[in-house]
Amino acid sequence: MTNRRDFIRITAYGAGAFAMSGGFLQAVKAFSSPEKSGALKVDLTRTPTYCEICFWKCAGWVYKSEDGKIWKIIGNDEDQHCNGRFCPRGTGGIGMYADEDRLKTPLIRTGERGKQVFREAGWDEALEYIASRMKTIKANHGAESLALFTHGSGSSYFTPLLKAFGSENIAEPSYAQCRGPRDDAFLWTFGEEVYSPEITDIRDTKCLVLIGSHIGENMHNGQVQEMSDAIDKGATIITVDPRFSTAAGKSKYWLPIKPSTDIALLLSWIHEIIYNEYYDKKYVERYCLGFEQLREHVKTFTPEWAYGITTLAPDLIRKTAREMADASPAVIVHPGRHVTWYGDDTQRTRAIAILNALLGSWGRRGGFYRPVRITLPSHPMPEFPVPGKTWTDLFPGQYGAATGVVSNAMIDASIPGNNPGYPIKGWIVNGTNLINTIPNQANTLNAIQNLDLLVAIDTMPAEITGWADVVLPECTYLERYDTLRTGPHRKPAIALRMPATEPLYDSKPGYWIARELSKKLGLENYFPYEKQEEILDWQLKQIGSSLDEMKKTGVKTFEREADDLYYAPDEEVAFATDSGKIELYSAAFEGLGFDPLPKYTPHEEPPDGFYRLIYGRAPMHTFGRTANNAYLTDLMDENTVWINPKIAKIWDLANDQYIWLQNQDGVTSEFPIKVRITERIRWDSVYMVHGFGHAQKQMKRCYGRGASDTQLITRALVDPLMGGTGMRGNFVTIVTEKAEKEVAS
Amino acid sequence: MRYAMAVDTKKCVGCSDCVVACQTENKVPVGYCRDWIVEVTDGTYPQLEMEIRSERCNHCENAPCVRCCPTGASHFAEGGIVLVTPNQCIGCGACIASCPYDARFPHPDGHVDKCTFCIHRIKNGLKPACAAVCPTKCIYFGDLDDPNSEVSVILKKRKSKTLIPEAGTVPHLYFLI
Repeated sequence: MTNRRDFIRITAYGAGAFAMSGGFLQAVKAFSSPEKSGALKVDLTRTPTYCEICFWKCAGWVYKSEDGKIWKIIGNDEDQHCNGRFCPRGTGGIGMYADEDRLKTPLIRTGERGKQVFREAGWDEALEYIASRMKTIKANHGAESLALFTHGSGSSYFTPLLKAFGSENIAEPSYAQCRGPRDDAFLWTFGEEVYSPEITDIRDTKCLVLIGSHIGENMHNGQVQEMSDAIDKGATIITVDPRFSTAAGKSKYWLPIKPSTDIALLLSWIHEIIYNEYYDKKYVERYCLGFEQLREHVKTFTPEWAYGITTLAPDLIRKTAREMADASPAVIVHPGRHVTWYGDDTQRTRAIAILNALLGSWGRRGGFYRPVRITLPSHPMPEFPVPGKTWTDLFPGQYGAATGVVSNAMIDASIPGNNPGYPIKGWIVNGTNLINTIPNQANTLNAIQNLDLLVAIDTMPAEITGWADVVLPECTYLERYDTLRTGPHRKPAIALRMPATEPLYDSKPGYWIARELSKKLGLENYFPYEKQEEILDWQLKQIGSSLDEMKKTGVKTFEREADDLYYAPDEEVAFATDSGKIELYSAAFEGLGFDPLPKYTPHEEPPDGFYRLIYGRAPMHTFGRTANNAYLTDLMDENTVWINPKIAKIWDLANDQYIWLQNQDGVTSEFPIKVRITERIRWDSVYMVHGFGHAQKQMKRCYGRGASDTQLITRALVDPLMGGTGMRGNFVTIVTEKAEKEVAS
Repeated sequence: MRYAMAVDTKKCVGCSDCVVACQTENKVPVGYCRDWIVEVTDGTYPQLEMEIRSERCNHCENAPCVRCCPTGASHFAEGGIVLVTPNQCIGCGACIASCPYDARFPHPDGHVDKCTFCIHRIKNGLKPACAAVCPTKCIYFGDLDDPNSEVSVILKKRKSKTLIPEAGTVPHLYFLI
């Protein structure tokens, strides 16, 4: 196609064409069920679930055909996360269950690490093997030398197992590789994080500001739905992105910012809002601390100052600041979700938090609502042993503002040459493909080579399972019970996941795996129930429901105890910060040796002939975990590299041509990637969707399709505040012919 | 009764949920689809515009596929829905060639297949699967002869277009612009 017009037919026929801290959330104690039991009919053809394809956890129904096979998955109308509408990944969830490439039986490594030579084993033998290695690690190094990396529902079982064993080294890469900086920034500013699903009141907003956040391409269901509602109601959308994202296409203003300069834009917006007196004076006076210091700090950060840095016209900065002010307090400067970009990410999201505070949007309609959740009683359990050491002893003094466990610190501590305070010698990895999750793959592989034990528990083979000593096949979410979903939302609610069908192959639920392993370790008193449904029923009965009732409804929503979705006018609010106020100026950061107010620092720019590598999401895929799903691969089976027409001309590239990318450290993408020439990207950057270019041959549909951004992200810009790995400081150049195909390791 | 659909291009994000929901609802084999997404970008950086459309059979009032079908397999059902009767279809492909919207495909079972507006669902008072699932609620469906139907109301309220109107097919698939 011509440069001026992109035309893409995305799908064509035939061709494959947590725990909450502080007192700010009320546990709901008195319950009133909207529907009395007995009046409900059981539909035998459907069973309730909540989705595990991403972290949004939408509740739905699994329908079966007359032949007993799973037919379709449809959203539950009563569910606040999805309002009866699943996203493409959830709708295509059957593909995860039906994937013939699934892990089928426990495997024990017999060859060299990473060569993928395994033998099939029974569960008893595999668990015995793991338990014996765990005991050896404990005897030689202490229980703390065993680490857990986890994502998703399995965390509920492997976390207590590890704690019972004596280790609190439990990390979710969703912290230091994703949303950690944002959560910390909001915690340190408002005393509260933004949760998941985020508490953004998009449905009632008048102005939504997205900074590198591509709602609609990240298919965070409730947010996408509410953005659509906001469009219907005429809300103004402002999108800041070096790429003309789908959301930019829906925006009144697109600010095609020069990458890595967002803090300069934010500071100049803050300048505009303060010096034009656009800010919510009553709100700031009542709730905020440090306004005068902030005012002084941003004095010189005019739109003209920002223009030279961001390449955004001063007039555009002024107009958009005014739009936010006009909408205030029904305005959301979105905190984003995947925010580990440049290593100053906590400070950038702090600037976002500060901007929201000035606009008075926190706790206000159309801004950020006040979430509630149900706290379910836990069955009485023995106390966990208190470990002698935690992750903060690995590299003392680092990452002082971190409120989560830093996964990359545990990986670094697995490499003896890094001289950690004590070594990490074993990893249990559940539901996260660390090789493609953590930047600098060589470092991760080095760490793995130094381990005494690596266990991978997953439903699908992935790069990480290829490196494991023992692989355990977990059954999919459609074949198991899991803990009740109790996440925060506008109304307190619970959702049930139950098996729609028996597990395929010799796969087992995470609960069963953790319990059986606990028996081998003599820790079975931490898993008193043989079956998970017994716990669920017990918990539900404590709150006046039952497993039987939940099987009929799937979701149970309760009313809030009070009409407190937003702060009442002039309400006295005690924020869970040190001062009890919203801390515009962070004395806590100052005490930890960090900047008390966000500063703009220039970042390295791409050298001549190189382009900044930016990555993002496609609505039909979740990270790499859906890459082999037949339904979703049918929609998108490889990623493309977006290149501006000017750059394409320089390199003489054509659309759909396959090229390789080579980064600043000389690493070349293992697989070629298709060129997409488009006006939708700046000339100083290239873009690709994350989660492709899989090197795991056992995933037959996605092996070698597209390029892996993670492979090219050899440089991590680590956030000194909380250890987040900034991944947008990598530069790539174009290679049109690859001399020799490297042998995949 | 004249069934019609309107897709709001201002809300559609091109997620392809309509495609998967159709595939699972109608058991369309993987590798084939009855609806699909088209994304059109116009302009030069940074002055850009983008339109995203969820497309499918237009259920034309003057349908070339029905006219050219030699066996009568392609026909009008109630409400103007264009359907194919699989066991009357000989798979000749005349309808595929005649459709200006590229909306038909040869099903591996040997007949031609396409969108049915989920006639089995609408008979039961349900929306077509694509409209029921769409996270952005950008797909409106109903009876054009009923002024109070969702689709009539939205077409009255908003500016719309049809695709390739010059083909004279009188489509029943509208796009809100």
